Amino acid sequence: MGKSKTTIVKTTTWSAGPGCHGGCGVLAHIKDNRLVKLEGDPDHPWNQGRLCARALAMTQYIDHHDRLRAPLKRVGKRGEDQFVEISWEEALDTIEKKMNTIREAFGPESMIFSMGTGRDIGPWICMLAYAYGSPNVMFALSGNACYSPRIAALDTIQGDYSVFDAAQWLPGRYDNPEYKVPECMIIWGYNISATCPDNLFGHWIIDLMKKGTKIITIDPRLSWFASRSEHWLPIRPGTDAALALGFLHVIIKEQLYDQTFLETWTDAPRLVRNDTGKLLRESDMTADGSTENFVGFDLQTKTPVIWNTIRQKFSIEDSNIALTGSFDIRLLNGDIIACTTVWDQFKDSCAAYTPETVEKITFVPANDIQKAARFYAKAQPASIHWGVPIDMTPEITPLCHAIAALWALTGNLDVPGGNVFTRAAFNAVAYALPGAEGVIKLKDPAQDKPRIGKDDYGPFNKFIWRCQTDKVIEQIFSEDPYPVKGLWMQTCNPLSGIGLDPKLWQKALEKLDFIVGVDLFMTSSLRYADIILPAATFLEKEGVRSWWVPLQTINKAMTVEGCRPDVEINFELAKRFDPDFKWETLHDLFDEILKPSGMSFEQLAEKGWALPPENHASRPYFRHERGVLRSDGKPGFATPSGKFELYSTLREEWGLKAVPYFKEPPFTPVSRPDLFKTYPLILSTGRRSPAFFHAEHRNIPWLRALDPDPVVEIHPDTAKKNDISNGEWVTVENWMGTARFKAKVTKIVPPWMVMAAHGWWFPEKKEDPLFHTFESNINMLIPMNEQGEDGLGAPIKHLLCRISKETRGSAHV
Amino acid sequence: MSKSNKNGMLIDYEYCTGCFSCTVACCQENGWEAPLSGMKVMEIVQDLPKDKAYLTFLPFPTELCVLCNHRTRQGLDPACVKHCMANCLTYGPLKELAGELEKKPRMVLWSPR
Repeated sequence: MGKSKTTIVKTTTWSAGPGCHGGCGVLAHIKDNRLVKLEGDPDHPWNQGRLCARALAMTQYIDHHDRLRAPLKRVGKRGEDQFVEISWEEALDTIEKKMNTIREAFGPESMIFSMGTGRDIGPWICMLAYAYGSPNVMFALSGNACYSPRIAALDTIQGDYSVFDAAQWLPGRYDNPEYKVPECMIIWGYNISATCPDNLFGHWIIDLMKKGTKIITIDPRLSWFASRSEHWLPIRPGTDAALALGFLHVIIKEQLYDQTFLETWTDAPRLVRNDTGKLLRESDMTADGSTENFVGFDLQTKTPVIWNTIRQKFSIEDSNIALTGSFDIRLLNGDIIACTTVWDQFKDSCAAYTPETVEKITFVPANDIQKAARFYAKAQPASIHWGVPIDMTPEITPLCHAIAALWALTGNLDVPGGNVFTRAAFNAVAYALPGAEGVIKLKDPAQDKPRIGKDDYGPFNKFIWRCQTDKVIEQIFSEDPYPVKGLWMQTCNPLSGIGLDPKLWQKALEKLDFIVGVDLFMTSSLRYADIILPAATFLEKEGVRSWWVPLQTINKAMTVEGCRPDVEINFELAKRFDPDFKWETLHDLFDEILKPSGMSFEQLAEKGWALPPENHASRPYFRHERGVLRSDGKPGFATPSGKFELYSTLREEWGLKAVPYFKEPPFTPVSRPDLFKTYPLILSTGRRSPAFFHAEHRNIPWLRALDPDPVVEIHPDTAKKNDISNGEWVTVENWMGTARFKAKVTKIVPPWMVMAAHGWWFPEKKEDPLFHTFESNINMLIPMNEQGEDGLGAPIKHLLCRISKETRGSAHV
Repeated sequence: MSKSNKNGMLIDYEYCTGCFSCTVACCQENGWEAPLSGMKVMEIVQDLPKDKAYLTFLPFPTELCVLCNHRTRQGLDPACVKHCMANCLTYGPLKELAGELEKKPRMVLWSPR
C-alpha cells in the first residue's frame, strides 16, 4: 500500500463540534478520510490562527466511540434504552409517513420544530418546518431568553442590532486607519474564559486591552475582567436596569451627553400627551392628520410643528424645536391638553435613580457608580459588550433600552470603536431573524397565523419569528387552541440543558405522539424520540455563514460513515413534504442565500471569506448619517420614527411602557422576602466553562479533564457558615427542586450569592438511560413561565436557594 | 546547539484568561491522553488587603513539555503558543525573551528541562 497524503482543508467552524456560534477559520488536516489535526488558520481575519479548547479537541469528538452512526427506532417505552438500528431509507420513510398523518389529521402547526441554541441549525430547521407548513419553530429556552430578546429590543428602539467594534469589518483589522481603539469598554455580565459570545470572538477584547482599552466590569463575580478593571461594579443579579438608569442619571445630571446627537438623531423633541401618556400625533390635532406623524413645539413661533415621518423632516424648516418644557396643545375636539417632550419624559424616568438609590437596589457603592459613569461618558470612543445575563431576566427590553441609551447619548453609536450596527454580511440572510427577512420563509404569510405566542406578545409579531416557548409547553398540556402532536428535536436537549423545570419537559415529551431526534450523541432527551437520526459535525458538511462578518462558507473536509449533516437531512425531507420545494440542490439554496454578495457558493468557497465593500449597508460607520439604514434611503434609523427612540413608538403600540424602567424581578430577596427566609442565598446559574458548550462535551476526555464535576461556587464565609469544605458534595435546594454539586469554595463569588454550573449530565453513567440528567441539573430549581410583559426573558441568573453538606448515605453513586 | 542559544517560553500571565487552549493544543499535537498534557493552567485567586482578591491564571509548562521541538525545527511555534487565544505565550531564545521581561510587568520566563 502506498503512503497516503495528508491534505489540508480550509473551512469555518460552526457547530456541531466546538458547539459554538462559530466563525473561526480552521485548517483541517485530513488523512484517509480521517481528521488528524485541527489548527487555527493564521490567515483568517477572525481568529488569526488562534483556536479554542473545544475546536482543538475535535479529533476526540469526531471519532468518538459513542457517536451515533445509524438511525435508530424506538422499540420500548419512552425514556427507556430500547432502540434498534434501521436504515436511513426506513427512517426517512417512517418520518415522512408519520408526519404526513399528523399534518392530515391535525394540521401542520401540530408539529413543533425545536432547536437548542441557534448556530448552524436555525436556517435548516426553518427550511424543514416551512416546507412541511408549520410556523412553529421553537428555541427551547423559557422566555426565548438568549440573544433574540436583545436583538428584538434594539430593533425596537434603534432599528438595528449593534455590537462592540473590534474592526471586524475592516481589512487589516486594528491597523486599518478608519478604526479607533476604544478608550473604555464596559463588560456587562460576560466572562472571557468561555471565549466567544453572540457571533463575536471574545478575545478581541483582550487584543483591545493590550492596545490600551480600559475596562469597567459589571458582574457579581470577581471575573477575569473584574480583576483587571478600572471600575468593578459587583451588582446584585437582576438589578441591571437600575444600574443603567443610575448611569444615565449621572450622565444627564452632569451633562456628559452628546448634545448634537440628542438633537439630531433622537426623538427627544417629540411631544407626549400628559393626559394619556402617549405620543401626540398629527391625527390628534387635525382631521386629515396622519397617525404616523408626530409633533414638536417651535419656540420661535410658539406653535406645534409636525414631524413628517415619510419626509423625515419637520414641516417648518429652521424651526427652533423645544427639547424640554410643557406646552398647551389644542386637539381636534377643541380640548387643550398639556404636553411635555420625550426628553423630559426620558429624564424623568432616570431622575429617581440617584447613585444612592441605585446603591440600595444593586449593592454597588454610589461612589463607584458615579465614577464609572463619568469614565465611560468621557471616554472617546467607548463601547459596551453585554453577555447573556441581559436576556436572562424578565423585563429585558427596558433594560436593553437603558443600556442602548447610554451608547446613543454618549455619541458612541456607529462610530469607530463604539457600538456599531451589525447586519448579516452583504445582507445575505438565510432565514428570518429579528429585523431581517431571509431566503427561507413561509410560502404564504397565512401559514404564520397559528404560530404559538404570536398574538400574545408584540415583539413576536414584529421581530421574533419563533414560537414563545413557555406557551408551547402550556399548549402541549392544554391542547388549546389546538393540540400539539409531534416534535422535531434537532441538536436540542431540554432534559439536560436548555429546558428549565426539566421534569415538566419530561412530562411534555411523554405526552406527544411522535418525536424525531437529530443529534450526534445519545442524550436523555433522545430517549423519548421515536426515530433518531445521526447528524454530522461541521467538518462533514457544507454551509454558509453571514452572521455577522465575514461572509464565509463551511467546506466539507471528510465524512463519517452513517452520519448525515443536518442541512442534508432537512433538505431531503423538505423536498418530500413540499412538492413545490424551491431548490433542486443544496448549492442552489446556498447560491440564493449568497446572491446579495454577487458570489456563488463555489466562488465564495474558493475565496474562503469576504468582507462587505466600503459604503455597503452591512459595513460601518455613520450609517444613520449616510442614509443606508432605512429602506427609503433617507438619513436616520430603521425605526418607525426614523430616530433613535428614547420613547419607543412600538412599545407604546404594544401597550407597554415606552421609556426604560426598572422592576424588581421575581424570586429575589426584595420581591420574595417570604422565600428569602427559607432560602437565604441568591442563586445565579450558568457560569460558562471553556471546556463545554452548554450541555455538550461532557464525553470528550480532554475537555472533561479540565472541568470534571458540576461545580457550585461558594464564598469562604458562606461555606464556613454552612459547614462546607472545598470539594465536598453539597445539595442546592429551593421550592422547585434540588441538585447536587461539588463545592468550589472561592472568593470569586460574593458571600450572598452562589453560582451553579449548568448543562450537567453524565454520559459515562450508561446504566441509567437518562444519564442521571435530573441529578446535578440546576434547571431543576428554575421555573418556567416567568417571562416579561413582552414574552421575553427568564429568571435564570437570579433565584433563591439554600445549600447544605450532602449527608452520608444520600449521595447518588 | 550551544547552551547560550537555548529557547524557552515567555508567559504573560496578566493576559492569560484561563481558556485552556494551550492544554488541549498540546494534547492534540503530542497525543497525550487526559489528564496528561504539556501545559497546565493554574487558577490563582490572590488575596489582597482589605478583603479584596484578584483572579489570575498561570499557564504552566509541565514535565511533559518539550516545546514541540518537532514543530520548532520546522520554524513553527509550539502548538500552545500558536493557539493561545490571548496571545500571551511567546517562544524564542531565552536571552531575547529575558530582554522582554524588562518591558512589561507580570510575566515569567520558562526554561525547558
